[in-house]
Amino acid sequence: MTDNSVANNPTATTFKLVAVVVGMFGFGFALVPLYDLICDVTGLNGKTGDQYTVINEQVIDEKRVVKVQFLTNNNAGMPWEFRPVVRTMEVTPGELNLTNFYVHNPSDMAITAQAIPSVTPFRAARYLHKTECFCFEQQELQAGESLDMPLRFIVDASLPESVTTLTLSYTIFDISDQLAAN
Amino acid sequence: MSAVIEQHHDDDHHHGPAKGLLRWVFTTNHKDIGTMYLWFSFAMFLLGGSFALVIRAELFQPGLQIVQPEFFNQMTTMHGLIMVFGAVMPAFVGLANWLVPMMIGAPDMALPRMNNYSFWILPFAFTMLASTLFMEGGAPNFGWTFYAPLSTEYGPPSTTFFIFAVHLMGISSIMGSINVVVTILNMRAPGMTLMRMPLFVWTWLITAYLLIAVMPVLAGVVTMMLMDIHFGTAFFNAGGGGDPVLFQHVFWFFGHPEVYIMILPAFGVVSAIIPTFARKRLFGYASMVYATASIAFLSFIVWAHHMFTVGMPLAGELYFMYATMLIAVPTGVKVFNWVATMWKGSMTFETPMLFAIAFVVLFTIGGLSGLMLAIAPADFQYHDTYFVVAHFHYVLVPGSVFSIMAAVYFWIPKWTGNMYDETLGKVHFWLSFVGVNVLFFPQHFIGLAGMPRRVPDYALQFADYNMVSSVGAFIFGFSQLLFLFIVVKCVFGGKKATAQVWEGAHGLEWTIPSPAPYHTFSTPPKIDMTEAHG
Repeated sequence: MTDNSVANNPTATTFKLVAVVVGMFGFGFALVPLYDLICDVTGLNGKTGDQYTVINEQVIDEKRVVKVQFLTNNNAGMPWEFRPVVRTMEVTPGELNLTNFYVHNPSDMAITAQAIPSVTPFRAARYLHKTECFCFEQQELQAGESLDMPLRFIVDASLPESVTTLTLSYTIFDISDQLAAN
Repeated sequence: MSAVIEQHHDDDHHHGPAKGLLRWVFTTNHKDIGTMYLWFSFAMFLLGGSFALVIRAELFQPGLQIVQPEFFNQMTTMHGLIMVFGAVMPAFVGLANWLVPMMIGAPDMALPRMNNYSFWILPFAFTMLASTLFMEGGAPNFGWTFYAPLSTEYGPPSTTFFIFAVHLMGISSIMGSINVVVTILNMRAPGMTLMRMPLFVWTWLITAYLLIAVMPVLAGVVTMMLMDIHFGTAFFNAGGGGDPVLFQHVFWFFGHPEVYIMILPAFGVVSAIIPTFARKRLFGYASMVYATASIAFLSFIVWAHHMFTVGMPLAGELYFMYATMLIAVPTGVKVFNWVATMWKGSMTFETPMLFAIAFVVLFTIGGLSGLMLAIAPADFQYHDTYFVVAHFHYVLVPGSVFSIMAAVYFWIPKWTGNMYDETLGKVHFWLSFVGVNVLFFPQHFIGLAGMPRRVPDYALQFADYNMVSSVGAFIFGFSQLLFLFIVVKCVFGGKKATAQVWEGAHGLEWTIPSPAPYHTFSTPPKIDMTEAHG
């Protein structure tokens, strides 16, 4: 009755498999930070970095001009008026630029908003540094209130030569319900 | 271990099943549980099929005739969920329950009580899922893939019930798979080495590992949805720092192995049937095992081919395109082996063989349209069209479903002790074969011409093919009632089956009497080397 082909320890096998199940449930959740990490490292998905601090004097590349276009979108159900004050800027890589985005809350109640940026082409995302951006914080506007929200940014001088136009797109979300839930 | 089992069974060896209906509630017998799984999945097949007929009836003509778009969306969603989780998966678990112990010479499944639980969870899960149809706001309407934020932010209130139902189905599948793995690894009769196991056992072993690996990920993704909906998290909500594309990645990390979960056991079934009726041994047994394992491995690294249009970088598109095409190699090995098994065989064409041959031909068509979809630049045209619908229905209906029907015809004489009605079986086959092709083949054309999937109404130029497709759907759908009749007739009578049933049948399950006694292999059988696998 001795046969090496049969393991003959069902309990041990069962517990090993249960451990795999628990591990894979955890792995599903581990995919969330892993996904963000991959997006950050590679700049995929057009995600821009967090607030940028100028450490060294920026190299200014006077010979180039890069066109930066601004796009705004409202997430479904978001009633705010949201638009860039200027739609296109011609910027010199390495220089600090300032522009504004206009928001107006036409509804009859206070709404808190969060803007989410995205850059195309994706590979240019990591060369767009924002030293100040309304997207780093939430905005609350009372009913009928308006605001010009500032954005300060630098296009890195090491931006690949092939990129001549950058599109920075913002989608604005109504997050009042989420804040209330928390 | 086997000594313990023997002793236990010596006590009640001559007892049959318990009396009364409670037998089915408390049973831990693998044959009883297998039977319940099969009947349950057949009920779900008819339910999911009736939803499909609502869809096809609405699409018979352009314009809105029968149902409103909201209800139409609920039908596509429920059809997909019920067919995937309620019909195909439980049918294969039922076959595994009946056949795996008999094929490896084990007295029962390794964890019989858990086996009972894993079945009895299912009726509750699907009652909960089906009950959403009667809830305020209706059933889930976001497709069986339940992409966020469509499901999390715009789904009906019943989405929460859907999430709990998926949790229950997942628990059931995980328990069932653990049982299969433990049984196969620990309960084989002496001499039944891994490389002597029938291919059905091999494919189920690999399928069970896939299930154990990915069902927890599905549980994770629906849990994230639950938290986004009710607890203010933002896994998939961009406004809170999450990302809707993340949903698709996590879902398809589960979803792609899932589609192989629904086809690998079918490969095992066909690999048992074709050698029997070709009266030859299976060509390339070892290569079949390795091909199955390769397909299972590849299924984990190709998921984003479902998402070519989300805006992946070029390198990602190329990687997922080539990795996907690689799957054609082991699949090609399998198709080649089945054809080589039939080559110069003494073939006869009983109903199971007809279904198995149709499987090889039609599954290959579905595989080839899959290769077309794998071409990333072309996929931008095909994505979310009826071409995709035609593709996955070709691999799932004349693929998985035909293999399940083939398996039922092949093993039902062993289960019931009676032969099924061969004439009616052939009628059922030809109705299904013609119906399924009339149903799905035209969908390739309307898909290539640009008709989007999941729409209740369409442009006029698609009208003719949609009408043909709907006619096929009703032929295929109603011929399944004939299948029900044949099975019931066989359960209650028919020509007595011999132990071997089929002239060319090899394997342990054909060495025991027909119908299979309530307890089999209480004493481990001797494995005849030449009979080890078909």
